[in-house]
Amino acid sequence: MAEIKNYTMNFGPQHPAAHGVLRLVLELDGEVVERADPHIGLLHRGTEKLAEHKTFLQSVPYMDRLDYVSMMCNEHAYVMAIEKLAGIEVPLRAQYIRVMFDEITRILNHLLWLGASGIDLGAMTMFFYTFREREDLLDVYEAVSGARMHAAYYRPGGVYRDLPDSMAQYAPSKYHNESAVKRMNENRQGSLLDFLEDFCNRFPACVDEYETLLTDNRIWKQRTVGIGVVTPERALAMGFTGPMLRGSGVEWDLRKKQPYEVYDRVDFDIAVGVEGDCYDRYLVRVEEMRQSNRIIKQCIDWLRKNPGPVITENHKFAPPKREAMKQDMEELIHHFKLFTEGFHVPAGEVYSAVEHPKGEFGIYLVSDGANKPYRMKIRAPGFPHLASLNEMTRGHMLADVVAIIGTQDIVFGEIDR
Amino acid sequence: MMELLQTIEQAGQGLLGPFWGPLWTLVKIVVIVAPIMGGVAYLTLAERKILGYMQDRVGPNRVGYWGLLQPIADGVKLLMKEIIIPTGANKFLFVAAPVLALVPALVAWAVVPFADGMILANVNAGLLYILAMTSLGVYGIIIAGWASNSKYAFLGAIRSAAQIVSYELAMGFALVCVLLAAQSMSLVDIVKGQQHGYGLLGWYFIPLFPMFVVYFIAGVAETNRAPFDLAEDESVIVAGFHTEYSGMGFALFFLAEYANMILISALTSVFFLGGWLNPFEGWPVLGAMTAWVPGLFWMLAKMSVFLFIFLWFRATFPRYRYDQLMRLGWKVFIPLTLVWVVVVAAWMQTPLWFW
Repeated sequence: MAEIKNYTMNFGPQHPAAHGVLRLVLELDGEVVERADPHIGLLHRGTEKLAEHKTFLQSVPYMDRLDYVSMMCNEHAYVMAIEKLAGIEVPLRAQYIRVMFDEITRILNHLLWLGASGIDLGAMTMFFYTFREREDLLDVYEAVSGARMHAAYYRPGGVYRDLPDSMAQYAPSKYHNESAVKRMNENRQGSLLDFLEDFCNRFPACVDEYETLLTDNRIWKQRTVGIGVVTPERALAMGFTGPMLRGSGVEWDLRKKQPYEVYDRVDFDIAVGVEGDCYDRYLVRVEEMRQSNRIIKQCIDWLRKNPGPVITENHKFAPPKREAMKQDMEELIHHFKLFTEGFHVPAGEVYSAVEHPKGEFGIYLVSDGANKPYRMKIRAPGFPHLASLNEMTRGHMLADVVAIIGTQDIVFGEIDR
Repeated sequence: MMELLQTIEQAGQGLLGPFWGPLWTLVKIVVIVAPIMGGVAYLTLAERKILGYMQDRVGPNRVGYWGLLQPIADGVKLLMKEIIIPTGANKFLFVAAPVLALVPALVAWAVVPFADGMILANVNAGLLYILAMTSLGVYGIIIAGWASNSKYAFLGAIRSAAQIVSYELAMGFALVCVLLAAQSMSLVDIVKGQQHGYGLLGWYFIPLFPMFVVYFIAGVAETNRAPFDLAEDESVIVAGFHTEYSGMGFALFFLAEYANMILISALTSVFFLGGWLNPFEGWPVLGAMTAWVPGLFWMLAKMSVFLFIFLWFRATFPRYRYDQLMRLGWKVFIPLTLVWVVVVAAWMQTPLWFW
């Protein structure tokens, strides 16, 4: 009798569903997966090591490039670690702005996830619908930081600057005439907060639209219900966090359990799944988008009523105002020292974690009192999720591997670091 | 029109004698195939435009006005591209496979009536011929997948083979109902069997409605279109059976796929929607108003509706998984068609059969 051998297939790193540079070696029995062996490291850039050779402030933009679909949340964990270690007070307005942008980031991330996992399962239209809304939120990113993705907006002690009073406008071109541009600019007449409020009012209807395409769709349910089931015990044991953990029915959300910034002042619910399958995780993420929208609305209301400083007045850590620098020798020295030597953070170690859209994103920072971290360790939520891929896919079919990679919401920027 | 054709026919016969017959047939073939190829080219544009508008974007609009020259640009690009034959591939089969895919897709058109008398060969077993030819198309796909020496292509080919065999059955049983109703296997007679003077009320889609739905869905599966496009499931097996093809080899697979889509649309119109018949025939006002419209127009209009539905499916549905697709075919469609064959056969014995 001939020897029966499993069919070994190389999935990625150049594969339409590999979500970046995942390389997966699959052992198949027909179409059934016997073993999935993820290979990582193709996007390793040594962020942790690089941080040891830069001043604290210079590492902020590197954080954007970790999970490059939820940029500001990465920055948040990093600046919060520095603030904890150095004991910097963050103005309340800055805290609200950070919470608002964390939630904008969450929506950005989940929209991309929804579009990408839609396309993985063949629902290609989702991608274009979610990118339509992403566009508005990226404009918000651009309005505050000048960059659509790698914002570098959060700083130790607050945020770089206050929210702008105007939004960028479209200009007429060969493809959009005056009247079209006028229509496109309609919600851009006021401040950034007006634009964002308009978005928040529109957004629930957009989520409804996504749900009409997917939630009750028989094919979508056939592809996700009962696929990649993780029990709550296994989810905890494997170190799951975020929607992956909540999808399994564990009510764990750092925003509720260890509130940071002003999460204890805003009103929101956390969504929890029951079955722990891909469909539940889908529902959890969709509900999270609605809740994020709710938080953003509350932040907008508060920010409208309460003007104030957005970065600490402690000029050992944050640069002084430009006008003050022109008048005052001491401020000039502060500015010079900050942007050459950087600030020194007292010796010690700290772990700061945020509820990142993908789970718990943590920064473990050790300082020896110098102007650079002695050691920085990044806890990427995607890493334990990817590590569970073998367990989640075993016994499923080849097409389900794609569904499971999709539901894990993997981004290689953070896994390979 | 008919007199003109007859004059040509007689003149040709006189001039060329026995050679006239084959020559005239060749002319007719060109007259059928050329518009189909043009239709395929512009169906790709229509697909991209329609998907574009459904997806909140505009689709191709740079080549020519409104993107109208895009299919030509694509064709030229594919023609100029190098045909890469992968190492370890079976060279002969690798080159032959696209041809094997395209030929049956075109050959099947021989028995499709476009209007009254507009048919290449009015074969009395036309329906069997159609079933035979559409089944042959799968050989191109299997051979392409095997000859490529690629695991993705191989998986795509296996999936496609299983899928087409399963859906062929449901399709065949759905056609048995049509055959029962029309009591003929000639496509012309099937269309004429739907002509009762009540317009669209006389068409077979009313008594055979479940078969109409099954036939069209099986047709979507048969042509490997979304949501049944598992043979080229891009998110799992890259491009399925044509992963390793480039240039004209790839283009031929595309031509075959789109020619098959048009064929399925034409066949669904012929079997269930009365082919070239006027939907308002014999109706009080509308019937008289539309009496001048040529049959070809109705045929093309019906085909366009189905082609639009093909594209609409693609924009709306996620993709089935392989086992779910097989379950749908074997556990839903085949039992349903089997039951309906019996129902129709029994129904036709009662005085309640009006068709």
